[in-house]
Amino acid sequence: MSTSVSLPDQSTARLPKVSYLNKEYGLKSWLLTKDHKRIAIMYLLGTTFFFCIGGAMAALIRLQLLTPYGDLLAADTYNKVFSAHGLIMVFFFLVPVAPAVLGNFLIPLMIGARDVAFPRINLFSWYLFMTGGCIEVCMLVFGGVDTGWTFTTPLSTHFLNTQVVAAAMGIFVAGFSSILTGLNFIVTIHRMRAPGMTWFRLPLFIWSYYATSVIFVLATPVIAIALALVMLERVIGIGVFDPRMGGDPLLFQHLFWFYSHPAVYVMILPGMGIISEVVACFCRKRVFGYTAVAFSSVAIGVFSFFVWAHHMFIMGISNYSALVFSLMTMLVAVPSAIKIFNWSATMYKGSISFDTPMLYTLGFIGLFTIGGLTGVFLASLGMDIHLTETYFVVAHFHYVMVGGMVSALMAGLHFWWPKITGRMYPESLGRVAAIILFMGFNLTFFPQFILGYLGMPRRYWAYPPEFQALNVLSSAGATVLAIGYLLPICYFIWSLKYGKIAGSNPWQAAGLEWQVQSPPLTENFEQTPIVTHEAYDYEWLANQTRNEVPTVG
Amino acid sequence: MQHFISPVLWQFLVKWLTHFALFPPEASSIAPYADGLYFFLIFISLIGVGAVAFLVIFFSIRYRQSRHPVAVQIEGSTLLEATWTIIPLILFMIVFVWGALLYFRIYSPPPNAMNVYVVGKQWMWKVEHPGGQHEINALHIPINEPIQLTLISQDVFHSFSVPAFRVKREAIPGRYTTVWFEATRPGVYHLFCTQYCGTLHSQMIGWVYAMKPDDYQAWAAGSTSGHSLAQNGERLFASLGCNSCHNSTPNAHGPNLANVYGSHVQLANGQFTTVDDAFLRDTILNPTLHQVAGYAPIMPTYQGQVSEDGLIDLVEYIKGLNSNYRIDQTIDNSAGQPVQTGATPGGTSAPPLAPGTVKP
Amino acid sequence: MDSHTIAAQTAETAQLEHEHPSFLHHHFENLAQQREASTFGMWLFLLTEIMFFGGMFCAYLIFRNWYYSAFVAGSHTLHIWAGTLNTTVLIISSFTMAMAVHAAEVRHRVPLLRWMMVTILLGVGFLCIKGYEWHDEWVNHHVPGLNFSIEEFTHVNPAYPGDKPLAPDMAERTQIYYSLYFLMTGMHALHMIIGVSILTILLIKARGGAFTNGHIAPVENFGLYWHFVDIVWIFLFPLLYLISRHQ
Repeated sequence: MSTSVSLPDQSTARLPKVSYLNKEYGLKSWLLTKDHKRIAIMYLLGTTFFFCIGGAMAALIRLQLLTPYGDLLAADTYNKVFSAHGLIMVFFFLVPVAPAVLGNFLIPLMIGARDVAFPRINLFSWYLFMTGGCIEVCMLVFGGVDTGWTFTTPLSTHFLNTQVVAAAMGIFVAGFSSILTGLNFIVTIHRMRAPGMTWFRLPLFIWSYYATSVIFVLATPVIAIALALVMLERVIGIGVFDPRMGGDPLLFQHLFWFYSHPAVYVMILPGMGIISEVVACFCRKRVFGYTAVAFSSVAIGVFSFFVWAHHMFIMGISNYSALVFSLMTMLVAVPSAIKIFNWSATMYKGSISFDTPMLYTLGFIGLFTIGGLTGVFLASLGMDIHLTETYFVVAHFHYVMVGGMVSALMAGLHFWWPKITGRMYPESLGRVAAIILFMGFNLTFFPQFILGYLGMPRRYWAYPPEFQALNVLSSAGATVLAIGYLLPICYFIWSLKYGKIAGSNPWQAAGLEWQVQSPPLTENFEQTPIVTHEAYDYEWLANQTRNEVPTVG
Repeated sequence: MQHFISPVLWQFLVKWLTHFALFPPEASSIAPYADGLYFFLIFISLIGVGAVAFLVIFFSIRYRQSRHPVAVQIEGSTLLEATWTIIPLILFMIVFVWGALLYFRIYSPPPNAMNVYVVGKQWMWKVEHPGGQHEINALHIPINEPIQLTLISQDVFHSFSVPAFRVKREAIPGRYTTVWFEATRPGVYHLFCTQYCGTLHSQMIGWVYAMKPDDYQAWAAGSTSGHSLAQNGERLFASLGCNSCHNSTPNAHGPNLANVYGSHVQLANGQFTTVDDAFLRDTILNPTLHQVAGYAPIMPTYQGQVSEDGLIDLVEYIKGLNSNYRIDQTIDNSAGQPVQTGATPGGTSAPPLAPGTVKP
Repeated sequence: MDSHTIAAQTAETAQLEHEHPSFLHHHFENLAQQREASTFGMWLFLLTEIMFFGGMFCAYLIFRNWYYSAFVAGSHTLHIWAGTLNTTVLIISSFTMAMAVHAAEVRHRVPLLRWMMVTILLGVGFLCIKGYEWHDEWVNHHVPGLNFSIEEFTHVNPAYPGDKPLAPDMAERTQIYYSLYFLMTGMHALHMIIGVSILTILLIKARGGAFTNGHIAPVENFGLYWHFVDIVWIFLFPLLYLISRHQ
């Protein structure tokens, strides 16, 4: 047995008769499925739903900030809106979306396994996620919460009269979904690789998802316990975070950021994995410095656990611990820089085509570079004093988490859409959407850097009038950005029925997932593949194409 | 021009142009240093973004598929990778050292700074000058003089931010924090709360009035409440009955507080500590947590009985206390006062409510 | 090797074929892979649990450092005999669980059932003793937030006549001790309850001979979980009960 490569003529491609999508029908076959691909689809639906809620909240925020006087929403309502935006987008969209959707779908396919290691736990974590999400939506319906997504104590424990317990409970439950997903991926990557798929033959996608999973497993329990303490403090008043009872509100900050800073990397590492795949494919070239990129993912994962206190530089932690955390933060920026340069160098002497995923990737490289470098501004202690808690921070993390992660996610979705559905999205519309997203994003968030240096604080319902011009610019950009998001949602749905049949490998990409039919069989591989060549071996692939007579899959 | 666009839009444009800002005023001695670091950071960001953009665009054009149909496989280059590991690392280390120096400068007040107390509460800033001037959501300061702010919050986290001075510090419940600045240009500057603190977070704003020293003197003379913080503290000290133990008589139950501020004292657990604002505040609220060696733990807690403002008054009073003469004068009036024994059952201990008969 | 054919095979024929017993899930290549995967998964899960309890231990150490005498006084109100008894019960239950795993390995059904039964009983016994202690603390007004009173700490504890009574401000801090005590023992007890429930399910399955046919992974992994819960208690017991005994 050796790996068979079929690079069929795409023009004659047909949809396969049997695939994971049509093997069984009916709602029950979906809700009780243990197939990682179907679970991925269910996650896609769930996270898209939450993205729409969070996006609507973002629209309200930008509308409110059109004028400086707070005349659209009441102050309380505005606070609830931005809290909902943060909570939903962070915990129910950004954290789960890339691991649970693309990771679930692709990890077994990429390593040559029939499924993840624990399919039943995989399904269970989807239910946990949806339960958490439902609690969160109910919380919004029954009044919402105005803590911000950070649950700062003692504000969240003693000074608010909103649904804090429900909000924390939703995240608590969804947190276990993250833990189980991470656990599943680690075991899958360790134990389920096909024969010949050594660690250094793994696609870089797998490396970055591995680092993500480690963060899930180690960091999420800590936020679980922090939120449990917040709930207990509200319900029965135990006082661990209450300064009046001898508790320490800074302890909450430590526990919260011990999770939430690594969680920031959960929101970007998968994106880096996606970008590595796409860059390699559209440059027809192996990623420049495979080992460096692989280890930089691991380095980011490890360092991310030692930088949490950089969220607390002005909160009265000792000057010397601030020093250490600033240094660590500078160090974590280095692996990101390595990756950026390696992706750029991959293009050198490549044969580059500019399909939609590649356009999103170029957008990602630009936006993530800006997001990463502005992170260095914030890591620098003296600068952080002026910039923290202003719109500079808002702009910075949106550049990383939205500009970076969502661009990468879009790249990934477009890239693997033919694999997931068996049909192509409309290419020209895709390119337009990618350009709109890039422009809209910069219009929306670049002015916020300037606002931040001017000192406009974040989470302000009304603001001094001299900030209006930049805020209007930002809101105007947000409308462009909204089109950039809505357009793909529309044409993705359209493509389900009318898209061109993709065939098994429309991009002529390397990687095991492209050697099976699209959409794949429930059991992924008819025969366990044996891997005999390195990742991204496009030269080998090109030879295969030349030598083999094209056959229809 | 007005004829070509709608008058409403014209209004907007005019308003924006007059209200438009891209860079905050530089109004403190630290601001130019912060801006120096900022421009350096922008400079290296431009280099970084420029380098990446150049590479990506250049390669996109040079190696596009139509022009370069067959890719050349390159494994990598250790030398190149080391280059783009080490150069960013060096740049980041420069930024780190520079930023750390600035940070230590902003958070280490000079010893001669004028102290102003700031209490944050939902949703206002209460500013208390030692001379007895009280302000809400405003801070008057003289220029060219270092000002140290001692911040505390009555309820939740707040953050005191003056963008024109490039300084910011969190006001934390239960803990004093400090920050200092020296204003260099007279003017009126924004004061923001930047830590989200509830419903009217965005209304917890005010103005900092940096004034020429003469103007400041005039303002201070015109706005004083008549009683300095220390005078208020002295009255509170007497009315809470502190004088019954903290005096200089031979049988006093508590430490003598004259000149205690800034001194080193040994605690009951053997550690030494410096008496500063935070220590004084903590010992009033939680006396036995910071029991001074040589005294019985009999002082009752004043948690919940003295407001943050009252604590500031007491701290300010004890800070300036260099003689027990007036205290000893007062205890004769309250000689019959029983000594409070701290161990009242059930935590219901109340401090002796001495009649406020004490005349300062 | 073809998964289609595997699916088509009946359970009976799969039993006969050595490589593909009925309990081998379709997505694994062979039994060794399945067993390695599940054990590895269990270890990772325990790692998560360590982080989960780690947050609480961290809080405990910080506050103990701050409010030392309150923590000593709080610790003195616990029943050392109950703690010791519980420790013994748990250690014995770990032993019986290990014996159950051994019985599964050597495919002895009846001893397996007996050891599992004993383990369940010991687990329930632990919970009963813990429940008794909690009840006692409720009666003594030691439950923060619900019925806490500092009265006991401002007076001399008869069991420790050498102790000085705490000043009221320090006595208030015993609440922090009790908050953490209930949190940590509560989370531990929750793990025990989950453990006992899972073990009951395993016991029912084992009656049908589910784990004496070579498929021992569930029992083995449950054993790991049970030992972990035991080890957490081995840390809780000295931190909460013992560490201040000599004072």
